[in-house]
Amino acid sequence: MDLALFFQRLVDGLGQGAIYASLALALVLIYRATGLINFAQGEMALFSTFVAWMFWDSGWSAGAAVMASMVLSFVGGAVIERLVIRPVGDVHTHALPIVIVTIGLLLALNELAGWIWGSEGRTFPRLFGTGAFTVGGVSMSYQTVGVLAVLAAEVGLLFLLLQKTKLGLAMRAVTSNAESSRLVGIRFGRVLMFGWGLAAAVGALAGSLYASQLATLDRAIMLQLLVYAFAAATLGGFDSPVGAVVGGLVVGVVTVMAGGYVSWIGDDLKLGAAFMLILVVLLVRPQGLFGKQQVERV
Amino acid sequence: MRRDARWWIGRVVAGVLLGGLLLWLPQSYPAFRVNQFSLVITYAIAALGLNLLTGFNGQISVGHGAFFGVGAYTVVILVADHGWPHFAALAMAMLLTFVLGLVVGLPALRIHGLYLALVTLALATVFPQIVVRFRDLTGGTQGKRIPRAEEFVAPGWTGLANDQWRYYVLLAFAVVAFVAVRNLIHSRAGRAIIAIRDNETAAVTLGVPHRAYKVLVFGVSAMLAGMAGGLAKFYDPFVSSGQYTINLSIILLVAVVVGGTARILGPAIGAFLVVFIPIWLPEQYPQLSGVFFGASLIVLMMLAPGGILGLGTKLRLWASGQWRSRRPGPTSLEPGAVASES
Repeated sequence: MDLALFFQRLVDGLGQGAIYASLALALVLIYRATGLINFAQGEMALFSTFVAWMFWDSGWSAGAAVMASMVLSFVGGAVIERLVIRPVGDVHTHALPIVIVTIGLLLALNELAGWIWGSEGRTFPRLFGTGAFTVGGVSMSYQTVGVLAVLAAEVGLLFLLLQKTKLGLAMRAVTSNAESSRLVGIRFGRVLMFGWGLAAAVGALAGSLYASQLATLDRAIMLQLLVYAFAAATLGGFDSPVGAVVGGLVVGVVTVMAGGYVSWIGDDLKLGAAFMLILVVLLVRPQGLFGKQQVERV
Repeated sequence: MRRDARWWIGRVVAGVLLGGLLLWLPQSYPAFRVNQFSLVITYAIAALGLNLLTGFNGQISVGHGAFFGVGAYTVVILVADHGWPHFAALAMAMLLTFVLGLVVGLPALRIHGLYLALVTLALATVFPQIVVRFRDLTGGTQGKRIPRAEEFVAPGWTGLANDQWRYYVLLAFAVVAFVAVRNLIHSRAGRAIIAIRDNETAAVTLGVPHRAYKVLVFGVSAMLAGMAGGLAKFYDPFVSSGQYTINLSIILLVAVVVGGTARILGPAIGAFLVVFIPIWLPEQYPQLSGVFFGASLIVLMMLAPGGILGLGTKLRLWASGQWRSRRPGPTSLEPGAVASES
């Protein structure tokens, strides 16, 4: 077995996986805050990435463009929670309507992006340049290193936010017991809006990283990213941020390895491998690797 | 519920009028329009299947476009490559999608609500890629076509044009499917299916074999979608991977929700709208209908979860002053509506 090739694929897989982990983090943030899987997360990221592209296209630096899009996405996410999601009702009693609403959002955002920015592919800037350096025969692109560094920083900041601030404490309180959190005076609605905004901003970053990896942006790409992120969050457990990161990296490595070593899968069925992973995890360990088991009360 | 003679006469008249309209349509429209009506019929059958699953049984699927696609590919491949007659290929497509539905439905026993939507959405996303992966069999992105000599044509004795004959054949299948699902829902099995939706725990306590029902409903629902996909290849002999994306799955969901979930005729109305609204909207904005459909899912869920037929029932009850007496549930007691009619 060619070891250098193996390590090359491992590095590539981690680079891909960091992006999956990033979007999976957005899914997990919303799931923890509201108990809901946001099917529109990928298309929200698509919209944000187009906004970043617009800033970049008008002459901003790529980094500033992504930052600006994250700020706008935060506002957009909070607005979506308030105007679209909350009026439908509580997810525990209205699961089906809320799923349908987020799927409506998926379709509407995708088509709206196509309407505003067209369906043809756009060149998206490489956020970390195109260079690479070699370590022991394995080529590490700046892109891969940059994406992993961004993920590490993101996880660090989220950890500080959730564990060390009053706001983070409020978010965790809402997650663990919505009713009691209200009784102790937490502004429940505000926290939900903040959670959605945060998820939208994290998703915006994931979308920009993904488009930058592909060096192109069109409105078909985020659906695939969403399925990879689903696989990551399912594997790690939908209520666990650590799980999302580990799950994302594992999904990245597994799909790259499967595509590389199993010629039957190849490039075409990488997404199929992620789908099989989702099925197997849900059948064998529905709560994921790091998730808490849901106890059903009657 | 007691039904008087007037109710029955109204039913019969409405049925005759609707039947007459459906039979008359292909006689007075050009072929391209008749083909659009045929498309409505196939969407209606697929949405009927989805409604059985989502509306009556409470299991959501965002992947019925994939079953539709499997049915279509089965018919095209069997007819074009193996010389099967259309009806035999259709039967095979139904069998295949039934089994496939059981296979997807089995995990659904352990996977609830949100996760089932997730799995089926992933299935719908993966399906076009599977088609591309097996391009030798399916034709991949280039697509595959039933050769002209093998197409489904009207037999000479009917004296009908091909498009008219195809429409009538599809209509016959649709009528059988709708009557069958209606009878199923009104049977003991149907009550069990609805009971599982409303309160699974209670249904199990009362001895409903919920596992068998859920898997079987998934199978039958997938089979109806597969049948619709197969029938679509009776009038349109071409398949390609771009036809069966997630958008088709979502559009079928739109058809169910717009028409009214858990209503027998809801999918037919919904299918008509999802086919003709993009045709009516201005052509220079091709994305407009997608935005409209997405937004309509959101707005309907907020304002009228019962869809168009649900609104009709509300209006009728309101008009006849029976609101309070027939809908005693706390959710439908809207003081404003009651007060304004008294």
